[in-house]
Amino acid sequence: MSRQFMKGCEAIAEAAVRAGCRFFAGYPITPQNEVPEYFARRMPEVGGAFVQGESEVASINMVYGAASTGTRSMTSSSSPGVALKSEGISYCASARIPMVYANVSRGGPGVGSIQPAQMDYLQATKASGNGGFQMMVLAPASVQEVVDLTYAAFDYADRDRNPVCLLVDGVIGTMMEPIELPDFKSDEEVDKMKEAKKSWACVGHRLDYPNRSWIEPGHWKTSDMQKANEDAAALYKSWEKDVQVEEYFVDDAEIVIAAYGISARTSKTAIDILRKEGIKAGMIRPITLNPFPHKSFENLDYSRVKAILDVEMSIPAQFINDVAVGVNNRCPIETCLCSGGNLMKRSTIIESVKKINAELGGK
Amino acid sequence: MEKIYSRTKTIQEDKVSGFCPGCFHSTIIKLIGEVLEELNVVDKTACVLGIGCCGLHMDYIAYDNTTAPHGRATAVATGMKRANPETLVFTYQGDGDFAAIGLGESISAANRGENITVIFVNNGIYGMTGGQMAPTTLMGMKASTAPKGRIAKEHGYPMHMCEILNQLTAPAYLERTSCNTVANVIKTKKAIKKAFQNQLDGKGFSMVEIVSNCPTNWGVDPLASLDFIEEKMLVEYPLGVIRDK
Repeated sequence: MSRQFMKGCEAIAEAAVRAGCRFFAGYPITPQNEVPEYFARRMPEVGGAFVQGESEVASINMVYGAASTGTRSMTSSSSPGVALKSEGISYCASARIPMVYANVSRGGPGVGSIQPAQMDYLQATKASGNGGFQMMVLAPASVQEVVDLTYAAFDYADRDRNPVCLLVDGVIGTMMEPIELPDFKSDEEVDKMKEAKKSWACVGHRLDYPNRSWIEPGHWKTSDMQKANEDAAALYKSWEKDVQVEEYFVDDAEIVIAAYGISARTSKTAIDILRKEGIKAGMIRPITLNPFPHKSFENLDYSRVKAILDVEMSIPAQFINDVAVGVNNRCPIETCLCSGGNLMKRSTIIESVKKINAELGGK
Repeated sequence: MEKIYSRTKTIQEDKVSGFCPGCFHSTIIKLIGEVLEELNVVDKTACVLGIGCCGLHMDYIAYDNTTAPHGRATAVATGMKRANPETLVFTYQGDGDFAAIGLGESISAANRGENITVIFVNNGIYGMTGGQMAPTTLMGMKASTAPKGRIAKEHGYPMHMCEILNQLTAPAYLERTSCNTVANVIKTKKAIKKAFQNQLDGKGFSMVEIVSNCPTNWGVDPLASLDFIEEKMLVEYPLGVIRDK
């Protein structure tokens, strides 16, 4: 462990290197430029490879190739760039290639704005490309969590042979905080992880048909394609055990905020102030957006909880769709939203909670 | 009787290719297999297939392979080679894949001088999807999306990938061959061998463009397709070494 002061984007890169990532390809786009810049400096120091691709499309496909050799590999981008990567992400999901990518998200749609936003929730959790595949989606709310989740993402990817998405909003990506860095995986450990994938890795095998590596991002036979879809569906179902959620003052809360990423971070300080004023606010913060902690919302005591306040930096609200599945019409869901690169203000959240509280007959 | 010639072991004995009768793909894949065996590198080879007819042999070759998204084969090969330099990595791409949808990836990989080998099969048409116009379609040549034939005003002119890549400093080797005669088949095999040897020697980007046929979508029988190559294709795409450094 070593304590450092680091920016979110650089923390992604350093945590990845420490997790054994030895290939990165990316393309410049704000607000994630520090990720490729850091890798460009760092990869040569650890014997890894960095390539600045000619596009996001090329970069994700370089990662597809590198990860196909069993090398821990990643790419990063921001919203419109991630849209360009969607073809390659879908290929990795179909071919069951473990890789990690970070979306340091900004305003949208289209070129949107270069300032932070949470406009890619549905894209990240429901449809990051064609073909109905899914990934684990991890949403840090601090730079420390960026480090921890990036480090863990490579393990999830290898365990499942599936891509993992880090959904990091532009605030978390560009803010600096003190962090504890995890242990640096040794060259021996990195080699061992690669060796463990050799049975399927596309690196050359002796002339023996059944044992060649054949990485297939699709299937000619309809029965094979359906089987691949069924296997993938079983994998996605198995993620229920991997749910991570933070519940903040939920035990006695009458108004429960639902938020993730930077919106949750801001909500937390709003709750502290509201509590001092006697308003019983709490929060459910999904750390894994997929799998989503629906149970946290299902298990609320709705004889006490009067309303949910969905706080997100997206207009229209997107995250609210998953919240609504858990709440299942048992209480109203109000919204507190901003977008376009405008940051969620603590005062706005406090006002929203107070308004709900007043409508419910509170003080 | 002594057996002096047999099918390359890099093609499975119990498999048949999905290629149309008379198509050069079968010949080229046989040549690649023979070269890999002669260089004794079958066990360290990985092939990145493009999308289209060039992917039809994925099921019957014996060496490692994957399929890239349409046009992205040189990007996938870049990642593969950089992450695992000891593997011999080559792409196998058609003209739609390499020269149309993948033009950016193709030129950029060549410009970086990636130490990979590209086998580029140019038959001037989209085969698998049913004969649509390619960037390499000859002037006046009919295609399902150019029913009156390729017209300069509407479609521009055929693209010469070897000559385009020859504008770059990095590429090590660029040669255009064909398989329309026995002599040209032998030259193609030599070119493939040199392109692979260059990679083993760390020389950087090598490409063999093979002027090929498509009897099915050209609407001619295989023998007539050979005449068409000689009389039309090779006039537009002259054979020879374009770059060898």
